[in-house]
Amino acid sequence: MSKNEMIQITYREAVREAIREALQRDERVFLLGEDVGRYGGCFAVSKGLLEEFGPERIVDTPLSESGFTGAGIGAALGGMRPIVEIMTVNFSLLAADQILNNAATFLHMSGGLFNVPLVIRMSTGGGKQLAAQHSHSLEGWYAHIPGIKVLTPATLEDARGMLWSALEDPDPVLIFEHQSLLNMEGQLPADAGAVDIDRARIRRPGSDLSVITYGASLFKALEAAEMLAGEGIEVEVIDLRTLRPLDDATFLTSIASTHRALIVDEGWRSGGISAEICARIMEGAFYELDAPVERICGAEVPMPYAKHLEEAAMPQVEAIVTTAKRMVRSNG
Amino acid sequence: MAEFRMPSLGADMKEGLLVEWKVKPGDQVKRGDIISEVETQKGIIEIEVFTDGTIEQILVHPGEKVPVSTVLATIRAPGEEAKAPHEEGTEEPTFKYKLCSIAAHRKEGPEEQPPELAPATTAGKRFRVSPSARKLAAELAVNLSTVQGTGQGNAITRADIERAAEAQKTTVTVAPGKPEAGMRQAIATAMARSNREIPHYYLATHIDMGNTMRWLISENKKRSIKERILPVVPLIKATALALGKAPELNGFWIGDRLQLQQAVHVGFAISFRRGGLVAPAIHHANLKSLPELMESLHDLITRTRGGRLRSSELTDATITVSCLGDLGVETVYGVIYPPQVALVGFGKITEQPWAENGMLGIRPVQTTTLAADHRASDGHLGAKFLEAINQYLQKPEEL
Amino acid sequence: MRDEQIKETIFRVLRPITPEADFDELVPDENMQEALDIDSFDVLTFFIQLYEELGVEIPEEDYGKIITLNNLIGYLASRIE
Repeated sequence: MSKNEMIQITYREAVREAIREALQRDERVFLLGEDVGRYGGCFAVSKGLLEEFGPERIVDTPLSESGFTGAGIGAALGGMRPIVEIMTVNFSLLAADQILNNAATFLHMSGGLFNVPLVIRMSTGGGKQLAAQHSHSLEGWYAHIPGIKVLTPATLEDARGMLWSALEDPDPVLIFEHQSLLNMEGQLPADAGAVDIDRARIRRPGSDLSVITYGASLFKALEAAEMLAGEGIEVEVIDLRTLRPLDDATFLTSIASTHRALIVDEGWRSGGISAEICARIMEGAFYELDAPVERICGAEVPMPYAKHLEEAAMPQVEAIVTTAKRMVRSNG
Repeated sequence: MAEFRMPSLGADMKEGLLVEWKVKPGDQVKRGDIISEVETQKGIIEIEVFTDGTIEQILVHPGEKVPVSTVLATIRAPGEEAKAPHEEGTEEPTFKYKLCSIAAHRKEGPEEQPPELAPATTAGKRFRVSPSARKLAAELAVNLSTVQGTGQGNAITRADIERAAEAQKTTVTVAPGKPEAGMRQAIATAMARSNREIPHYYLATHIDMGNTMRWLISENKKRSIKERILPVVPLIKATALALGKAPELNGFWIGDRLQLQQAVHVGFAISFRRGGLVAPAIHHANLKSLPELMESLHDLITRTRGGRLRSSELTDATITVSCLGDLGVETVYGVIYPPQVALVGFGKITEQPWAENGMLGIRPVQTTTLAADHRASDGHLGAKFLEAINQYLQKPEEL
Repeated sequence: MRDEQIKETIFRVLRPITPEADFDELVPDENMQEALDIDSFDVLTFFIQLYEELGVEIPEEDYGKIITLNNLIGYLASRIE
C-alpha cells in the first residue's frame, strides 16, 4: 500500500477501522456495550465486527450502563484493554458512579497500585432530532473530573487515530463521538494511524479573531471563517480535541496575536467548558484582549425535538458570523 | 550568559536604532567598554557594556530599530562554556509574562512582572479601554485622553491606539525643516510626565557671589586662557557637595519610593543651538577638583554638541543643574527630569544693593532655585540644601 | 595685520561654534554674544581659538571692552605684533 494513497471514508467507518485495528493488534482489547454485536451498534459503528472477531471480543450486554461499565473497569484492573460503548452521553449518567467513584479514583484509592486502562466511547450532541434524552453535550461535565481524559475527535483523522492512543494510556479515557459527524465523509490516508491526544490544533490560521471550539461545532466555525474571509475578516479556528487536560497554551498563544476570542460550544453556557476556557483566558491572556471574550453556546433548554427548534437551540454558522463581525468591527 | 539589551537612555526613550557594533562574536569585553553605537532622539550614543565576558552572539544588526530592552547580544561570562550551536533554550518566546498560572501541574517559572500599562484614569475620568490597548498605549506613549474609542460601547481598542500613534508621528514629522522634532517629542514626553506625576515645590535664595567671583578672577589670572575656570564650575561643585547635607535630593523616585543614590552624578543641562537640550552626567562631581570639573564640562559640552555621548552619561545623572544666566535670566523655575527628584537652577550674576550688618553695599548676586519632588523631600530639607550651597560658595578656596 | 584680515579670522573661528549664523547680518556695533546667541562656554572656546590663531590672550577683566565686533577688532588690532 502506497504511503500517499488516500481513501474515501466516513467518520463511522473511521471509528470502526480504529476498533478493528485495535482488536487485531492487541488481543487484550475487546468491545462491550448495548447492541454492539448482533445489531452492529445503535449507530452501526461496530457493524460486522461480531462476525469478524466472535462473541468473546464483541460482547452484547444487558441494558445496565452501571453494570457493564463496572465490568469494563474490572476487566481493565485485571489486565485487559476494554472498550466500553455507551449509546449516548445522557445514558452515561447511569454509569456516572462507576466513572467518577471507581474508574477515575482507583489509582488514588489504591495508593498508586492500580491503573484503570479503560476506554469508554459514547455519542454526544444534537442535530439528529433525538430530543431531550439523547442529544445533550455533557462532555464538559466529565472534563471537570481529575483522573480521566476527555477526548472529542472532530476530524476523520482524529476519529481514526485517537482510539489507539487512548488504549495506550494507562488511565481511563472517555471519547465523545458527535452524532451528527458519523455520516461525514472525506479523504484519509490509507495508512492513517494513531494521533496525539494532548494538544489542540489550529485548523485554520487567522489574524483577527480566535474561535475556540471542538466537536461538530468545528465545522460550523470553519464554514463561518470561510464566509468571514470573503469580508476581509481572518478567523483563526482552534480545535481543542481534548477537553481534559485542556491545552490552554495553544489558545492563549493564538489570542496573543489576534487579541479577540470567541468560544463556540454546543454545551450549556452556565458552568460549562466554555466558562472554564473563558476563565483561563482571563488568567493567562488578560492583557492581550482587545475586546470582551464572547461565547456562543447551546440554549439553556432541554434539547427540543422539532427540527427548527433544535437548530435554534444549537450554535449555528450565522450566529458565529454575526458575532465575529461585531467583535472585529465594532463601532459604538 | 548575560544579555546585552537596548538600554533605556532616559524616561523618554522607547526605541533605538543600532548604528554600529564595535565588537564581533568572540571578542573579549570589559565592563565600561564602548561596544556599540545607537541612534536615539538625542543623537548617536556610545553604549557601554555592564559586564565582563566574551561576545557570544550578535542578535540585532546595524540598521535595525528595536524597542528598549530588546536583547542586542549575548555575553558569555568568564569561565562559562560556549553554548552548543543547536541547544536552543527552553524558554517560551511567545509571552513576556506568564501564559497561565492556574494549572497546578504546570511548573512554576520565576515571578514575572505584569506589563506596563497606560493609566486608565486621568483627572478622575476613567477610560473605557481594552487591556491590550492599554498595554499598547504604554508601549507607543499614547495618552489615552487624546484617543477616540470606536470599540464596543466606544471602548478604546488597539486599532484606536495605532491610529493615535500614527497621528502623533505625523504631527511630529510635519514640523517644517526641524530634524530635531524627535528630540522635541522626547522632551515633550518626559516633561509632560514630570508635570503630571511629580508634585514640585520651589525654593529660591539670593547668594552673595562676591567671594567666589573674587577668588575666580585671581585664580584665572594665574592660569592660561586654556585653563580658565568658568563661574558655573564652582556652582556645580557647591551643589554636589551640598547634597551631602541633603541626600534625599540625590536619587530616583521609582515604584512609589525614593531610591537614594550614594554617588553624585550631576546632570548638566546643555542646550542645542537649534533647540532642544540634554542633561548628561558629570560623574562623581562631588569628588572632582574645580580644574577637573572644568575639564569634564569642556569634554561633555564638546561631545554633546558633536553628538558623541556615552550611554552612562545619559542615564546616570542623579540630579540636574540648569544655568540660564548667560541669557540674562535671573531666576530659573525648573521642571524635574524623571525619575530624578530635584533640579537646581542658577540665574545671572548681577550687581545689586546688598544690606549687611547695617551697611549697604554693592555685591554680585545670584539667584539659586531648587525645584524638588515633594514625594521625596520637604521644604525644610530643601532650605537646608540651598543654605549649604550658599555656605560653600562663601569659601571658594575650599571647593 | 589689517582689520579686514582680523575680521576674517574672527568669522573663521566662529563658524564651527555658530554654524548657522549669517555674519553678513551681524551689525558691527551690536552685542556679539547676544546677536549670535552664544553662551559663556562658547565665548571661552572662541577666545581660546583667537589666542591660538592670533597669539592674543584676552584677560577676563577685558571682557567688558570687547562687547561688539568693532570693539573686538580694535582690541585685537592694537595687540597683534
